[in-house]
Amino acid sequence: MRRREPLRFATVGSVDDGKSTLIGRLLHDSKSIFEDQLEHVEAVSKKRGNDYVDLALLTDGLRAEREQGITIDVAYRYFSTPHRSFIIADCPGHIQYTRNMVTGASTVDLATVLIDARHGVVEQTRRHSLLVSLLGVPHLVIAVNKMDLVGYDQDRFEEIREQFTDFAQKLELRDVTFIPISAFVGDNVVDRSANMDWYEGSTYLNHLESVYVASDDNLIDVRFPVQYVVRPHTTEHQDYRGYAGVPAAGALKPGDEVVVLPSGLSTTIAGIDTYDSLAAGVDTIAEARPGEAVTIRLADNLDVSRGDMICRPHNRPEVTQDLEAMICWMDSDASLTPRTIYTMKHTTRTVRAMVTELRYRLDINTMHRDESATSLSLNEIGRVVLRSTEPVFVDDYRRNRQTGSFILIDESSNQTVAGGMIRLTNT
Amino acid sequence: MSTSNALSSSPLESEAITIFREVAAEFERPVLLFSGGKDSVVMLHLARRAFAPARIPFPIMHVDTGHNFAELMEFRDRTVEEFGVELIVASVQQSIDEGRIKDVSGARSSRNQLQTVTLLDAIAAHGFDAVFGGGRRDEERARAKERIYSHRDEFGQWDPKNQRPELWSLYNSRHRRGEHLRIFPLSNWTELDIWEFIRAREVPLPSLYFAHKRQVFSRDSMLMAVNEHVEMLDGEESFEATVRFRTIGDTTCTAAVESAAFTIDDIVAETSVARITERGATRADDRVSEAGMEDRKRKGYF
Repeated sequence: MRRREPLRFATVGSVDDGKSTLIGRLLHDSKSIFEDQLEHVEAVSKKRGNDYVDLALLTDGLRAEREQGITIDVAYRYFSTPHRSFIIADCPGHIQYTRNMVTGASTVDLATVLIDARHGVVEQTRRHSLLVSLLGVPHLVIAVNKMDLVGYDQDRFEEIREQFTDFAQKLELRDVTFIPISAFVGDNVVDRSANMDWYEGSTYLNHLESVYVASDDNLIDVRFPVQYVVRPHTTEHQDYRGYAGVPAAGALKPGDEVVVLPSGLSTTIAGIDTYDSLAAGVDTIAEARPGEAVTIRLADNLDVSRGDMICRPHNRPEVTQDLEAMICWMDSDASLTPRTIYTMKHTTRTVRAMVTELRYRLDINTMHRDESATSLSLNEIGRVVLRSTEPVFVDDYRRNRQTGSFILIDESSNQTVAGGMIRLTNT
Repeated sequence: MSTSNALSSSPLESEAITIFREVAAEFERPVLLFSGGKDSVVMLHLARRAFAPARIPFPIMHVDTGHNFAELMEFRDRTVEEFGVELIVASVQQSIDEGRIKDVSGARSSRNQLQTVTLLDAIAAHGFDAVFGGGRRDEERARAKERIYSHRDEFGQWDPKNQRPELWSLYNSRHRRGEHLRIFPLSNWTELDIWEFIRAREVPLPSLYFAHKRQVFSRDSMLMAVNEHVEMLDGEESFEATVRFRTIGDTTCTAAVESAAFTIDDIVAETSVARITERGATRADDRVSEAGMEDRKRKGYF
């Protein structure tokens, strides 16, 4: 079994930026396109009278996308090299599909934003980078594409790097890497370019293979949202009572002193089980790390249910009914209006919440804060204050993407209408 | 992120387990679609891993076209017994007998598409609100677009242009009465991941997946098994070949591939150098049109 987490990364942009060409090139040059897929793409391209093979057809899988030649929704693609396996979330770049981009980028470790070397940093670059920053994607690659069309000019590349760095000062981007490429020709995508010997960094694929993401896990703040209570009711396991879930952060070990929220009662971890440890008759596994599905047993018989949170006595999340957050509005039928009550899902906890105040709407192209705004419509982002019916156990999104995020669901249409990123400080 | 020891779940296993638990916690009546094919077998094993030491808290359902490989049926029944789960059989033949659908005829006919009506009828009759499927995004380009929780309206239809946003691992389980969600815990697995799981976790499979000698005939450059449900056309001749199945649907729409992979290790090796996708190599139904799967999925297919 592959023990290593695949690198999840997003590519953001539109066909014009060469996004599909980049993915096609990556898959093609790393020999990850299957023959029948390539034949299909060639046949369809020919049928349409294209004089080149349209690699966008590899990822634009829906009829409407093929008809319009645009990416509407995220497509997921999978490939491996001898060094790593990858999950690509191929995201649409058009502003009207921002909610789909947000879907794709919410789970990735790295995002790639493409810049056309001829045009430099444009409105779309700013919008995509802002969203990557808001979503807390730990690593960003700025792929300066179409270098062949600017004569592989180093000065142009440096100019774009400066443009971007200048603008990005206002964002919270932790790790930005600039790579000059030509997806069409293949320069610096998989193979090193012979046309840009002034560039000494990694090729795009090389960077994806080597980017270090293990350090992105928060191993300090122990957070275990209880997902499901395991009660076998069998003669063999009559008294078994385990709390199934996945640590959102921190490592849990048997013997650790813990506190269960909301009750605040403390106990210790008696043991941590997996199917394999139970089958092997082992008392407990050594530890549970972020992302690993486990079942925890506690030393004392407390009242613990789904939606409760296990943490350490001296490092607790904020327990609160009042939240501040940046939210992205995703409903096409109705706008956000203050005082409407929504279902709120946060970790494994479901409560109801209303937005009591819209502080400002953020113009995602200019980053201007419009404090006179009274509502948010589809694909708009704003800063809000919320009040929930019951306490939730939260961290700042920038410290923990899981305990810092939530979604809002419209209770009559059942649509997911907003994604929220919690802010505990006044920034 | 690396796992701490051999008794821990891998990242992809953990993701699937989490989805099983989430559904069990939030839905009233989930069901797991089980064909005996490798993906559904892996699903069943993952479900067991999610709830151990308790039993799997939902039944499994086989949509039976009546055109089955005998090996598969034996395997299905053996597995049901070993896992102690409740098996529901939704029969395409019964749908035909009751006049819900018309059987297809002719040498090239397949009941594959008829399954949709039987499946939707069974979902309605049992009141299932969450239906686990083994679909993977690497299988096919329409599947590559689908959410893990995929909403179906009261007609069982998928609306690919208006999918619910799905952020982080916060899944929206809300639906109206009569609607349901299709749940795909294996969304992010590749064919190779499936085989590596089968190897690492020692998962028993139907013998059809391993190379064996069989009477086959060639059609549309695919090797079809000679069997009672498929009529051979003029000019088609049967011959013996050493083959295995990369996917198993019913006998009318699943082709074999020539292979000398007799063991799991052979299969993992074969899969890691495969140049053709599994559906491209073996599925007659996917060759129909550019958007064959999208059209079927819209109507409520798996």
